[in-house]
Amino acid sequence: MYSYISRRILFAIPVLIGVNLITFILFFTVNSPDDMARSHLGDKNLTSETIQRWKKYHGYDLPLFFHSSERRSNIITQTLFFQKSIKLFIFDFGMSDSGRDISSDILQRMWPSLALAIPILIIGLLVNITVAMMMTFFRTTYVDTSGAFLCIVLMSISSLFYVIGGQYFLGKILKILPISGYDPGLNSIKFILLPIVVGVISGIGASSRWYRTLFLEELNQDYIKTARSKGITEMRIFFVHLLKNVMLPILTGVVVIIPSLFMGSLILESFFGVPGLGSYIIDAIQLQDFAIVRCMVFLGSILYIIGLILTDISYTIFDPRIRLE
Amino acid sequence: MHIIIIIIVFLLNGCEDTVLNNPYDPAEKDKKIIYSSFSTRPKTLDPSISYSSNEAIFISQVYEPVIQYHYLKRPFALVPLTSVSLPEITYYNDKDEIVEQDGRNRIKYSVYTIKIKPNILYQPHPAFAKDQNDQYIYHNVDEDIYEALSIEDITDFKNVSTRELIADDYVYAIKRLAHPMIKSPIYGVMAKHIIGFSDLGKNLVKNPQVNDLYQSLSKSSIDGVELIDRYTFKIKIQEIYPQFMYWLAMNFFSPIPWEGDVFYDNEYLKDHNLTFAWYPIGTGPYMLTENNPNSRMVLTKNPNFHGEKYPKFGSPGDYKNGLLEYSDKQLPLVEQVVYSLEKETVPRWSKFLQGYYDFSSISSDSFDEAIRINADGKPNLTDKLLNKGLILQTSVAPTIFYIGFNMRDKVVGGNDDRARNLRQAISIVIDFEEYISIFLNGRGTAATGPVPSIILQDDIFKNEYIYNYVDRKRIRKTIKYAMLLLEKAGYKNGIDPKTREPLILNFDTAISGSADDKERFNWMRKQFRKIGISLNIQATHYNRFQDKLRDGNIQMFMSGWHADYPDPENFLFLFYSKNSRAIYGGENYSNYNNKDFDLLFEKMQYTPSKELRNKLAIEMIKILQYEHPWVWGFYPRTYLLSHQWNNKSKSSEIAYNTLKYKDINIELRNNLRKSWNVPNLWPILILFTVLMIFLMPVFIVYRNKKYKPRYRK
Repeated sequence: MYSYISRRILFAIPVLIGVNLITFILFFTVNSPDDMARSHLGDKNLTSETIQRWKKYHGYDLPLFFHSSERRSNIITQTLFFQKSIKLFIFDFGMSDSGRDISSDILQRMWPSLALAIPILIIGLLVNITVAMMMTFFRTTYVDTSGAFLCIVLMSISSLFYVIGGQYFLGKILKILPISGYDPGLNSIKFILLPIVVGVISGIGASSRWYRTLFLEELNQDYIKTARSKGITEMRIFFVHLLKNVMLPILTGVVVIIPSLFMGSLILESFFGVPGLGSYIIDAIQLQDFAIVRCMVFLGSILYIIGLILTDISYTIFDPRIRLE
Repeated sequence: MHIIIIIIVFLLNGCEDTVLNNPYDPAEKDKKIIYSSFSTRPKTLDPSISYSSNEAIFISQVYEPVIQYHYLKRPFALVPLTSVSLPEITYYNDKDEIVEQDGRNRIKYSVYTIKIKPNILYQPHPAFAKDQNDQYIYHNVDEDIYEALSIEDITDFKNVSTRELIADDYVYAIKRLAHPMIKSPIYGVMAKHIIGFSDLGKNLVKNPQVNDLYQSLSKSSIDGVELIDRYTFKIKIQEIYPQFMYWLAMNFFSPIPWEGDVFYDNEYLKDHNLTFAWYPIGTGPYMLTENNPNSRMVLTKNPNFHGEKYPKFGSPGDYKNGLLEYSDKQLPLVEQVVYSLEKETVPRWSKFLQGYYDFSSISSDSFDEAIRINADGKPNLTDKLLNKGLILQTSVAPTIFYIGFNMRDKVVGGNDDRARNLRQAISIVIDFEEYISIFLNGRGTAATGPVPSIILQDDIFKNEYIYNYVDRKRIRKTIKYAMLLLEKAGYKNGIDPKTREPLILNFDTAISGSADDKERFNWMRKQFRKIGISLNIQATHYNRFQDKLRDGNIQMFMSGWHADYPDPENFLFLFYSKNSRAIYGGENYSNYNNKDFDLLFEKMQYTPSKELRNKLAIEMIKILQYEHPWVWGFYPRTYLLSHQWNNKSKSSEIAYNTLKYKDINIELRNNLRKSWNVPNLWPILILFTVLMIFLMPVFIVYRNKKYKPRYRK
């Protein structure tokens, strides 16, 4: 297994270089370094000399991929791509174009994101499995049909509606929770309750439907028939035999998203005023802050790769028949 | 169940007096704190760099330039702030002799002599802290020491101190504007005006110590900036530039203590975002005590503030409007101002209505809920808001949005009658009164020239090329008249004689990302269709739009301008030929070129008398109205809602340091907040009952199934 993981990590390097290259191409196709300087300095009274000074100070005066006037390795190394990429691989994110330390910002903003994402994941998982089990347990009854109908309704509603609806109902009509805001520490509880409720409810529709399908598929397996023929109660079949086997696809699906949890949720964080990482990259794109964009894309790619490796490992844990070779 | 109890206990603990939705610490309720919001994260709070209004709302409370705008007087007037009096200007000729500026003498340079008040102290800050040996405690500190002290925030420094503001701080700040590390956006402009400024910039680039901000600046000087004594300094300006006085009131010319640059020049502090750009050091009424641009910014009263009093006099009507109620009171009036980041308009508006923000603008989403337009077309608050005791303040912004013609274009450009008639016809048919009504909910005034009335009040706001004036009312000229003009231009019924097809014009604009974009474009096409012209709209990314302007590869475009200072020159320079965008990269996007206009503009630049400058401005506006380089768009109006517990305030779109004049009645605020936010728990009971009814049969079936196997033995 260790050699498999090492191999996967080595494969990740060209993937990360590729992602970084694509980020460079896409970003600089839309924004030139001059545009970035204008965005940071403002358009008013700006002279070309001021733009040149900004570019030089931030290292954007270098050519993108090839420095034709240089010699030997400098042709490659004295370029924007090389200079800006090399430090990423040792996790030195440096300063944003507006002069803030990116690592410090990420560390500061990841906690509010996690404070929101982890409860939504855990509570959501419990609620969705419970709803799915209930629909399966009472399949073909009004509970199943009305549950399935409700799930489709919930799936069809835009996530923005849940946010505005939640703020309107719990914050404005019931007036029991603050509409938005955030405080660090335990004070955060009163602020994150509302986004957690919204996050959980908005996920019920799709997840419960999917989990219900998994439960129903397993319910027709031979081992269930055997259990029933042995006279085991339906409760025991559900909670001991069925749940254990259904958890395999559910958990592997969850493991892949765990590392990316700290990247946050754009809509929830923006509407509820949670200072997380969700809007960090979007804000950076709007401000044309390339330093943040490349760091966040790089980090996102790494987390995705870690998620995939963890998923592979989790298969071996949940299903002993699988070996990583 | 335990979890629910814990949550309820938390909620009740956190929210006194049964107000559960209070987003603030209940302990703050008896403090004089203003609560406000900001929607865009500031990029920097360094006054040498910042050029955005969303940053100025913080910076202007902390830093103090030598002069400021009078809070109440309109038209805007400059008054001393840290200076003893307004800067004294002396003019010199080629022989370095003092001369009068009466238009007869050739002025080689002007000298601004500024004397600041003694005994003004900086806010308490660790940069000034000294030990018993008179050595700075936190200058050139090893990073490991900070690591050991676990410094994470500016409040983690145990020792703070202050020092007196001296003239050298202003001199240092001006030198700082020229430093390549600072990258000040006004470097180019100041290089044109301050003698020796550009030379310093060039020398600093070559300086081996360029990466050490303080060292490189302390050993450099600018020919045109001279320190006379502890409280006096002089600035030498090339020839004459009357608008320089306004620049002196901007944050760029705030004092910078050199200790700040030395203190912040530390890798450990930089890694923890403790930099000059984020933790300002000023002498103003407030200091930034909490700085999390991703969530909350807190300004707290500066205990060392030198003291300033609320003005005793204002403009006519101010006394009647209650604006002089606080006359002669010591400023600032409140202890703290808390700004929370609210990116979305919906929660911001809801929290304002719940009393958790003291002021609010009105977004288009909430306009119908807030405002109803009466029969005279005037805005009034709706009954719902009137019952809450809200107060509406409206003001014209020193801003113009316009449609520009590229005067270098073969079809719409040029100074000949053909092109002028075409531009006039287009100016008539684009009905900006309708645009304001449809897209701005009436929040604007159709413009008649480039300068908003808040900057220049005169009869010039008549534009008889576009309107007919009947009984003091203006009526847009008819489509028939526009068609006549079009015919004179050689496009009868909008037909291009070359192609015998409708004339096609290209209109460029930057995509705003607003949901209204498509409707706005359709409306614009409709306006041109009135005279048979076909409009081709090219909506592009902002950067591409700017590229087209720079290349001059554009026919018509939409743009806007917000004044830096209240002088017509700040609008009229947008037409000066030497500011042409396509030729010189300046702000004259239309590439307008008229010799008569240029002569008047140059004359205005050399005229120190404001009255004379205004007269020249009126002449220039007349030329522009005749030439139509722009369709005169509109001046936006700002609507600001304020709760009844706020004192009367005057809006100012030019000066941002007005927080010190604001006050609140906390008792009234607490009472109203409490009455507006009584929790409604009955809908939860109803929901719970419905859920129980739904689950009851489920529970019965579950009990039946629990101990029964599916297949009976």
